[in-house]
Amino acid sequence: MKNKSLVSITDFSKEEILRIVELAAEFEANPNQKLMDDKVVSSLFFEPSTRTRLSFETAIQRLGGRIIGFTDSSSSSTSKGESLNDTIKMVSNYSDLIVMRHPLEGSARYASEVSDVPVINAGDGANQHPTQTLLDMYSIYKTQGTLDNLNIFLVGDLKYGRTVHSLLMAMSQFNPTFNFISPDSLKMPDEYKLFLDKKGIKYYEHLEFTDIIEEADILYMTRVQRERFSDPIEYEKVKNVYVLRNSMLDNTKDNLRILHPLPRVNEIHTDVDANPKAYYFEQAENGVYARMAIMASILGLK
Amino acid sequence: MTKKELSVRAIKNGTVIDHIPATHLFKVISILGLDKIENQITFGTNLKSKQQGHKAIIKVAKKYFADEDINKIALVAPSAKLNIIEDYQVVEKKVVEIPEQIVGIAKCFNPKCITNNENMTTRFSLVEKSPLALKCQYCEKITNEAHLEVL
Repeated sequence: MKNKSLVSITDFSKEEILRIVELAAEFEANPNQKLMDDKVVSSLFFEPSTRTRLSFETAIQRLGGRIIGFTDSSSSSTSKGESLNDTIKMVSNYSDLIVMRHPLEGSARYASEVSDVPVINAGDGANQHPTQTLLDMYSIYKTQGTLDNLNIFLVGDLKYGRTVHSLLMAMSQFNPTFNFISPDSLKMPDEYKLFLDKKGIKYYEHLEFTDIIEEADILYMTRVQRERFSDPIEYEKVKNVYVLRNSMLDNTKDNLRILHPLPRVNEIHTDVDANPKAYYFEQAENGVYARMAIMASILGLK
Repeated sequence: MTKKELSVRAIKNGTVIDHIPATHLFKVISILGLDKIENQITFGTNLKSKQQGHKAIIKVAKKYFADEDINKIALVAPSAKLNIIEDYQVVEKKVVEIPEQIVGIAKCFNPKCITNNENMTTRFSLVEKSPLALKCQYCEKITNEAHLEVL
């Protein structure tokens, strides 16, 4: 993995994913290791994303690395009309690793081609966000003790949600069963179902959010966003249908954990937060360890 | 029987590219860089064709194309046929084939793709020949025949 960019979750093999997950556990047990004390990381956020940025910056700080960069494009030379090519060429001369968030899709792949140092994609528009996927994988591994043979329920916006698509691709290497719960207009796209068919992975689609979740090992909730609907009446109809309430969890499995990439709006009622099966805040914390593992292995320090 | 008249004069040696859709003649010229070479080139367009209504034809003297170069025109002229000419005789016929990697020819249909916002070369891999489907190497979205634009 040394010197390899992480642009898309499919860039990492099953073995590499497992290696990251194991390393993340190692960093969680011993979070302050000054492995990066001679490293400079460029943190280039062409659009603001406080959660992702702080998670990366915490991971870099815990590893003893130093950070240069910007937190939105108005404070970078992009606002003067500089091309992405030129920004990346310059910054790759200054640093050992680039972490980049950019609103345009494919920008991270392009940056990885232009750059002399590895690039970690911290989100390129609606396309990919592989470190989110790896922290989700780590959260699943940590709470279930394994990644193999799990029953995973994905709920909400399955059409546009890049996190569920990447998670589906990555988990498909571990023989899961998928259950998709979404309104008809936000169903899992055919290309992903075809992918599962080809791999012989079982999946079931549901329109109703009911007691079928009693079979779940992982319940992955996502936000149904108003802007995804061309018809506002359609949104009003579904917005309160895919809401998880504490009472729905009574008969669920003991090992069930509820994940959500955050920010949450109303799709998980706050009465769930106190339930020990709620895991979304710990999940966010796991992001720091997963990112430490990703950076340490790309820099060849572990 | 009267002798069949050629709309575009025969060449002694070189390549004839026939059955180009008339609307795409100048794209073919530009993709193959024929506007930048010094060979003698004759072409005709809006010629009657039994197969496709109006066609164009290009005859390039003393020039033979590598397959990978000629395949670049497959997106705009999939029906094009090549005749290799030596001493006024057709010595070889070729058809064009869409290459696995399409570099710098097609435009990604996704307006939020980096290739539509940065001065750079587009790259696609071929997913499906018919109906045509190309996957952008950058934004990973599929551009299909209906949305295909040639640069």
